[in-house]
Amino acid sequence: MKRFAAFVTKEFYHILRDKRTLVILIGMPTVMIMLFGFAITNELKEARVAFLDHSNDPQTLAIQEKILASPYFSLSGQISTPAEIEDIFRDGQTKLVVIFENDFGQRLEKDGRANIQLIADATDPNTASTVVNYAQAIILDYARDLPPQQSPPLISVLSQMRYNPELNGVYYFVPGLIAILLMLVSAMMTSISIAREKETGTMEVLLASPMKPAQIILAKVVPYVLLSFLDAMLILTLGKFVFGVPILGSLALLLGVTLLFILLALSLGILISTVSPNQQTALLLSLMGLMLPTILLSGFIFPIENMPWPLQVISNVIPARWFIIVVKSIMLKGSGFFLLWKEILIMFGFILFFIAVSVRKFKIRLE
Amino acid sequence: MRVILFLIRKEFLQIFRNKSILPLILVMPVIQLFILSYAADFEIRNVRIFWMDDDQSTSSRMLLQKIQASDYFQLVDQSFSPQAADIALEQRKTDLVIHIPSEFENNLFREGHSDIQLTADAIDGTKAGLGTYYANLLIQDFSRDWLAKYGSAIHVQAAATQSIVPTYSFWYNQHLNYKTFMVPGILVMLVTMIGAFISAMNIVREKEMGTIEQLNVTPIRKYQFIAGKLIPLWILGLFIFTIGLMVAKLAFHVPIIGSLFLIYGFTAIYLIMILGLGMLISTFTNTQQQAMFISWFFLVIFILMSGLFTPIENMPPWAQNLTLINPIRYFIEVIRLVMLKGAIFYDVQTQFVVIGLYAILINALAILNYRKTV
Amino acid sequence: MTREAVISVQNLMKTFGSFHAVNDISFEVYRGEIFGFLGANGAGKTTAMKMLTGLWKPTSGQATVAGHDVFTQAEKVKRSIGYMSQRFSLYADLSVKENIELFGGIYGLSTRHIREKRTELLSRLELTSSENELISALPLGWKQKLAFSVAMLHDPQIVFLDEPTGGVDPITRRQFWDLIYEAADMGKTIFVTTHYMDEAEYCDRISMMVSGKITALGTPDDLKRQFEAKDMDEVFIKVARHTQPIAQ
Repeated sequence: MKRFAAFVTKEFYHILRDKRTLVILIGMPTVMIMLFGFAITNELKEARVAFLDHSNDPQTLAIQEKILASPYFSLSGQISTPAEIEDIFRDGQTKLVVIFENDFGQRLEKDGRANIQLIADATDPNTASTVVNYAQAIILDYARDLPPQQSPPLISVLSQMRYNPELNGVYYFVPGLIAILLMLVSAMMTSISIAREKETGTMEVLLASPMKPAQIILAKVVPYVLLSFLDAMLILTLGKFVFGVPILGSLALLLGVTLLFILLALSLGILISTVSPNQQTALLLSLMGLMLPTILLSGFIFPIENMPWPLQVISNVIPARWFIIVVKSIMLKGSGFFLLWKEILIMFGFILFFIAVSVRKFKIRLE
Repeated sequence: MRVILFLIRKEFLQIFRNKSILPLILVMPVIQLFILSYAADFEIRNVRIFWMDDDQSTSSRMLLQKIQASDYFQLVDQSFSPQAADIALEQRKTDLVIHIPSEFENNLFREGHSDIQLTADAIDGTKAGLGTYYANLLIQDFSRDWLAKYGSAIHVQAAATQSIVPTYSFWYNQHLNYKTFMVPGILVMLVTMIGAFISAMNIVREKEMGTIEQLNVTPIRKYQFIAGKLIPLWILGLFIFTIGLMVAKLAFHVPIIGSLFLIYGFTAIYLIMILGLGMLISTFTNTQQQAMFISWFFLVIFILMSGLFTPIENMPPWAQNLTLINPIRYFIEVIRLVMLKGAIFYDVQTQFVVIGLYAILINALAILNYRKTV
Repeated sequence: MTREAVISVQNLMKTFGSFHAVNDISFEVYRGEIFGFLGANGAGKTTAMKMLTGLWKPTSGQATVAGHDVFTQAEKVKRSIGYMSQRFSLYADLSVKENIELFGGIYGLSTRHIREKRTELLSRLELTSSENELISALPLGWKQKLAFSVAMLHDPQIVFLDEPTGGVDPITRRQFWDLIYEAADMGKTIFVTTHYMDEAEYCDRISMMVSGKITALGTPDDLKRQFEAKDMDEVFIKVARHTQPIAQ
């Protein structure tokens, strides 16, 4: 036991001595949550809109004003011919061109109807459809206020946004961020650190010592467990106090699950290191086989329901997917263990599987 | 020059001899491109509906039919019990609960007005927002149908009001195909990541192995060393980019409207920049673990702030200004503008200048910071 | 006989923080001699050698190698020397032939020259049949002989060898020293560090380093006489014991 403690201390020194890595270990969660909290959003803000208006009557000016008064749009410019549309779209700044037909106001008053054409730059289809939706809503809203006043709407819709009344994007990202960072620190760092000992030959020295292989591996991962846990706490704290992301469920359960996921990530890291002969392979494997799928297929950024079914099937074997579900439910819905035991069980299953495979691979190598 | 040729030959021999890295470099990008392009989809389809109908009337069934007919919605369950609805929300079985109160139809006939209650799982704010928006549109549509059918019965006329008819069209991507938009960007991301990592790891590996000392004690010049590393990786990078471009064109039918020459011209400069960045990182790190970690840190921030996944225009002004120093942003802009909109050199000259300056600056730093004598 | 100094070192220091890895050493090495640099691990031998090869900048003092100042003309120094480091540093994933061609190319040898050198070198080492094998597949002794020959590829005036025979069997060590003698006979100056005291006997002159300082300098016979020892082992033990109080 004493030997083991000495060994853990050695690993700690390795990590703590490397100031740059340490700064990043602490800085990364902070920077990421700040970015997601403040900068990364799909919410439309001040999309640039251009007008092609030959009527220039009170009605078209009112509509222009109403569009620009909304927080979603800002003025890109006025154009005078349809040929200019392409030019104004070309640099990618302008998202929407609103074209009023000639004699808009006259037609509206005489015929009771007038046409507006919306042309969106659909290079980014998301933005394009949102921009069109919002512009349409604003125009229809204007039309509703036109005389004669319409009766109140037939059906009023009362919407309730449960779990996240202000539709705050950070709520959605915090659990995923924890998963990504734990994967990075626990799985990627350990796999490379073990592969390094293999590559430089120090692993054989350690294996020749009276310590058992399991002890060696364990000693290597203990510091990373602590660091990962620290990172997870950092994100939870920042999320709560800077962005007001609530923790409705049991904190103990949340921390327990976090620890479970750290173990899961570590077992995955060990598995990667047993199959990689050197650090480069370990790195590329973790990067391509671990980090990218975790970011993209776990439901962290992109909703799993949107994916084609083969990817939905694949997402089942992405461990982070289950962790993210559990964390979201505990934090934002206050769910308890009884609603989540299935997901937790799956995470346990992953750990056992990864450890079993690693031990098998390890034995083969020693024989 | 001859020295550089010898170094290039050495790098290629090493790259092609490394059986574990080569497949990763060549095959992974293709697989990634496929997976990512299908996964990276924000489009909201299939909002899952939990239907709670306390009215069970002709009108409520009419609305239900409308929901079932819509492409946006998918009915997953119905029940009278509010508890069942709550549990469905909590267990993520549904995205949106639509609650029709009892007396819904009666109120419509008697008072010409009624309520509908929507409850959305708003953890994914974007999806909840759009889901309720679609539901609102659908209910408005339903109101119109209902009035047309029963309006006379309640003496409320769809009065001849002044109406404005907005029509719309989507340019450059009529069918709002999300992949057309994402695939070029993902290609940029892959080329960036592979370029930066491979170059950072390559030099640090020589440091760790001790072979760099043997090179440092030769009269080799610093620029020769950097060029000897850069050129092979540059060729490799262009090769990976070409494979990716072919996948984009052949498998995803992404149009290449602008000049291929322009795209390659930019890629060539960009690769010099990103490989130089990897080199720069390798000059102040001593282990591959460090190099990997630092590159990863910067790349993640650069990618998130590049406008690849979320538009830069949505960011607050300070963040938008920050993206101006992000090299990936410029490549993503250029590849989208040229491939999808057919931009010409004139339209993207700013990006060319910025990336060119970056390439010079970063490589100069890498050469300066590389110490043969410490 | 007038002897021409090809390496001359005066008051050379290398300091890391408050630690003096090399503490004020002065000596000269003459053309054509085999100069042994002896000392325990960590005595400062490798640090001294890295400064003389232009890999590390000295903290203070003066040193010229092949007539070039190591402070200001490190790159010129590199042109006139060969170096074989303690850590074996040919490319393990390149073949014998490819390594020779690479280093020949780096030193600016012509293609024909490289080919001649390669044929000659491989036949001398009896490696001709293995020229396409990867370095990683060779036994350690062969690797080291090859590394030495590669360090000599460009006909340097001076060759620096940092513990060249670490970890190989006595027979291979003997063969390695034959290569060194051969080079010395051709007029090369050999600067070699080692901690094998029997190897010290093979050198023309040796210097002993303890804790960053040179504590003894002379031919093996001089030193044995000076310290009244029967072999170099005993000299070294006496030198080390003598200086220990100072080190502490």
